[in-house]
Amino acid sequence: MRDFLRVARYSLVKAILLGFAVVVAVFITILIVNMGGRLDDIRKQEILNQVALQVTANPAYQELPPSEVRRIIEEKAQLEYRRLGLDKPFLVRTAAYLKNAITLNLGRSENLLSDTMSREVRRIIIERLPSTLILFGTSSILLFFTAVFLALALSRHYGSWFDRLVVSLAPTSTAPGWFYGIFLILIFAAVLRILPFGGMVDAPPPKETGAYILSLLKHMILPVLSMFVGGLASSVYSWRTFFLIYSSEDYVELAKAKGLSGRTIERRYILRPTLPPIITSFTLMVIGMWLGAIILESVFNWPGMGSLYIAAVNSNDTPTVVGINVIYGYLLAGSVFFLDFVYALVDPRVRIGAGEKKGV
Amino acid sequence: MWRTLKEIRRYPSAIVGLFIIGALIILAIYTVIAIPYSRAIDLWRAGPGTWDENPRNAWPVWLDFFTPQKLPRTIIVDLEHAEVREEEVSEDRKKVELVLPVNFGYDGFPSEITLFLNTEGIAPGTRVRYSAVWENPLGQRVEIAKRRSMRGSEIYYISQDPQLIATLGAPGEYALFSDVNLRVAAAQRTVLKGTYRLYLQAELPKEARFTGRLIVYGRIHGLAGTDHLRRDLTVALMWGAPVALAFGLLAALGSVLSTFVLAGVGSWFGGWVDSLFQRLTEINMIIPMLPILIMIGQFYSRSLWLMLGVVILLSIFSAGMKTYRAMFLQAKEASYIEAARAYGAGSGRLIFRYLLPKMVPVILPTLIMVIPSYVFLEAALSVIGLGDPLLPTWGKIISDARTADALYKGYYYWVIEPAIMLMLTGFGFAMVGYALDRVFNPRLRTL
Repeated sequence: MRDFLRVARYSLVKAILLGFAVVVAVFITILIVNMGGRLDDIRKQEILNQVALQVTANPAYQELPPSEVRRIIEEKAQLEYRRLGLDKPFLVRTAAYLKNAITLNLGRSENLLSDTMSREVRRIIIERLPSTLILFGTSSILLFFTAVFLALALSRHYGSWFDRLVVSLAPTSTAPGWFYGIFLILIFAAVLRILPFGGMVDAPPPKETGAYILSLLKHMILPVLSMFVGGLASSVYSWRTFFLIYSSEDYVELAKAKGLSGRTIERRYILRPTLPPIITSFTLMVIGMWLGAIILESVFNWPGMGSLYIAAVNSNDTPTVVGINVIYGYLLAGSVFFLDFVYALVDPRVRIGAGEKKGV
Repeated sequence: MWRTLKEIRRYPSAIVGLFIIGALIILAIYTVIAIPYSRAIDLWRAGPGTWDENPRNAWPVWLDFFTPQKLPRTIIVDLEHAEVREEEVSEDRKKVELVLPVNFGYDGFPSEITLFLNTEGIAPGTRVRYSAVWENPLGQRVEIAKRRSMRGSEIYYISQDPQLIATLGAPGEYALFSDVNLRVAAAQRTVLKGTYRLYLQAELPKEARFTGRLIVYGRIHGLAGTDHLRRDLTVALMWGAPVALAFGLLAALGSVLSTFVLAGVGSWFGGWVDSLFQRLTEINMIIPMLPILIMIGQFYSRSLWLMLGVVILLSIFSAGMKTYRAMFLQAKEASYIEAARAYGAGSGRLIFRYLLPKMVPVILPTLIMVIPSYVFLEAALSVIGLGDPLLPTWGKIISDARTADALYKGYYYWVIEPAIMLMLTGFGFAMVGYALDRVFNPRLRTL
């Protein structure tokens, strides 16, 4: 029970901090997007043009003298500014934007439409979210378990040729996933023509569920593989080091002397103390992967949040840009929180509350 | 420290890495001297006339070594060297015939044929009419232009002339270089080797003459090939080196050093300074750096140097802060620091003269290892179209290739070359970094 309370308190502190971080991230986004109010000026000009067009096209106003028409345009534009809150001072405006963004009240997009022809930013994003989640969920889970397994296997056979091979391959991880993606597209799509260049399903999408899943899997191979290749070697290398450090501890020697089986020693005495630093390093990797997603999705034309983000930025669609950044903020915070929670569960120091955790 | 540094010789991968880095630095210095900044920008902007003599989308010449056929190269025939026959028709006019020989001995069809024609010694605005006849090694003649009119100068894209394609049944570069009487598609034709001739006939004022050149574009060009705008890729491949090195090095130095110093200051003073830095680090972890860079690129400026500044700013409170802090907390307790404090050294002196220098070996590997990540960051921004608008960089080549569907169309060299340069840079620094890490971190060395 006391353990539970400690974990809960630890998680609560983390959650508050992460929530604050999300607010800061969104605030920075809004500041940049709004360019210190410049974007609002652009929007005002656009509204003015629109109103002017409406008024001049309206036959009811055509008999009026030009000065009168100009006054009407000005009046209507002011009304429109008020409706959109553009007449308030910059700080108030920003605070209002911030509140809306944080509460996921993302408003309506300016140019982009969802597949169902909706202008609601939330809908546009929700439509894209599953495809991003499926890609990155698959690759992170695959990467994590393969890397832990391989790292453990290597630490067991320390110094073997396979171990040395992985160690010498560690520098390959400096190149990010999208970079390997280009090579993989070159090999499997361009030269061998066995896998698609990009996209999520065949066009037109298969009607039956089974065929649809098969087509999805076929399209997923290359992006997942490129993230996998990009992250594997360095994780295996550094995690192997963690395992080696902990397997040279005295208590492991003692356990060996007691005659415990290798499997038990690994599970109880090596894997457990190594998990916290591994989780910390995996957290950082997940963050990197979330952000790398933008490039990877655009390389593979994957219809996820990353390509949506680029489309939104390219068409100056402010609400969508802010919206995606908010979602990214929440996703990052969510991933970090989840991994911190796991950390709290596996690290006895958090449960017992002994001292601060130290960086490894 | 120097003695430890020398131990790096024991790692062959580090030697290879150092060699690559050295080669890149030499390349970068040579590039900046050979192609000055403004010239590189002009070349890459590809204004009219800059790359007229290059074929479009040509593979690099070294492809020739791997193929059994002899691939066509660009042949330029200058009108200066043409055989000229003149014949007086009246007091002030003459009939001119120029014969341009093209010695073609390759196993493939050329990619384009273009005639650049200028007239000299003619009153401006006057029209000149000329005819052109093509003769192949079989002696077959085709009239490709009949009394075509031109003013001062013109560029006649022979292979794209729709009328010619219609009469010959295939684009000029195929039809004119094979049996002309066959009316079959390009794929079914075989190229003829030998001497081709272009006869230019015109009636000119007495003192006038033609200048210009006939260019039969090949399929391979230069060390690196060309892109869709006929630009020689070597320019961008070479200029990519100084840009990547400068960006990577400055970003790495800026971010690692600032993090390092702040971690030192934080852990020295402890208390609220330390916890402020800690919290900032945790917040910064969640701030989406790439989306912010993309926004800045789109809304403000794509200048590489602005990006550099933002990257450094956003990486100050990066994950390294935690690692350095943990190490500083240990180093802080060392007895030599105690001694320095005892003789009355101030905080500033203690931090900058005692604490930080002691830790330099720890950050050196990190410093080297993060360089590639910034090089790839710059490339990533270019790949999604947010690269520096002026400078030719490796990422921009990949971006151009992607927008031109290079992989789909089979122009593999266009993607592979910049990718290999990026990979070499990345691996070079990473190999040295990993070796340094083992040399300086004894905990790893024993493993």
